[in-house]
Amino acid sequence: MLETSADGPFITGKVRLVHAVGMHARPAVKLTKLAKRFQAQISIRASETADWINAKSVAKVMALRAPRDSLIEIKAHGDDAEAAVAALIDLVATDFPDAGS
Amino acid sequence: MNDTVGIVIVSHSKDIAKGTADMVRQMVGSEVKVAFCGGNPDGGLGTNVSLIIDAINDAWSTKGVAILVDLGGAETNSEMAVEMLEPERRKMVVVCNAPIVEGAVMAATEAAGGSSLEQVRAVAEELTAG
Repeated sequence: MLETSADGPFITGKVRLVHAVGMHARPAVKLTKLAKRFQAQISIRASETADWINAKSVAKVMALRAPRDSLIEIKAHGDDAEAAVAALIDLVATDFPDAGS
Repeated sequence: MNDTVGIVIVSHSKDIAKGTADMVRQMVGSEVKVAFCGGNPDGGLGTNVSLIIDAINDAWSTKGVAILVDLGGAETNSEMAVEMLEPERRKMVVVCNAPIVEGAVMAATEAAGGSSLEQVRAVAEELTAG
């Protein structure tokens, strides 16, 4: 379900979007808020052919419109990149729980 | 240090203002201060400068306040409310050129991360920039 690998200076990971209606507004807000807690530059995309977008931009994350079962790819660059990718994968894999602020 | 930019929602309709504030609280969380106002004293549609000033005071933060408005008078009355603040507070309040609901949610999301007023405004206005 999830894999993490070091790809040059980037930490990368993939996770399947299990949320019933895909990446709509509320999950997008949660993902962006979590991404902002890290110093690392974090990019995501919802398909291999799509452009990478900044995971800290809520407008861009909402505009992903990723449907259920999309494979979300995450890549991060910076000191806490590994923790950032792990945290974001966990958020998506656990279906965006309400816990935490 | 952990203060976040406050959000003020100004609509002609109190129901829209309250509903927008509810969406922000439920979608973004309670770490961002959100205040709202809407309607005239008779319960009809309208906006009111002194109620807007009250809302700015309620949402006040050392990082400043971003205002989201709906139509015409909401914007001009919000600008008037900002003009009536003390000079040193005036420059810490901005009226965002953004759709009220989407702008409020996105501004609050940005604010929750501890961003500056200018960053919060830029994110809200990203929607208008297309």
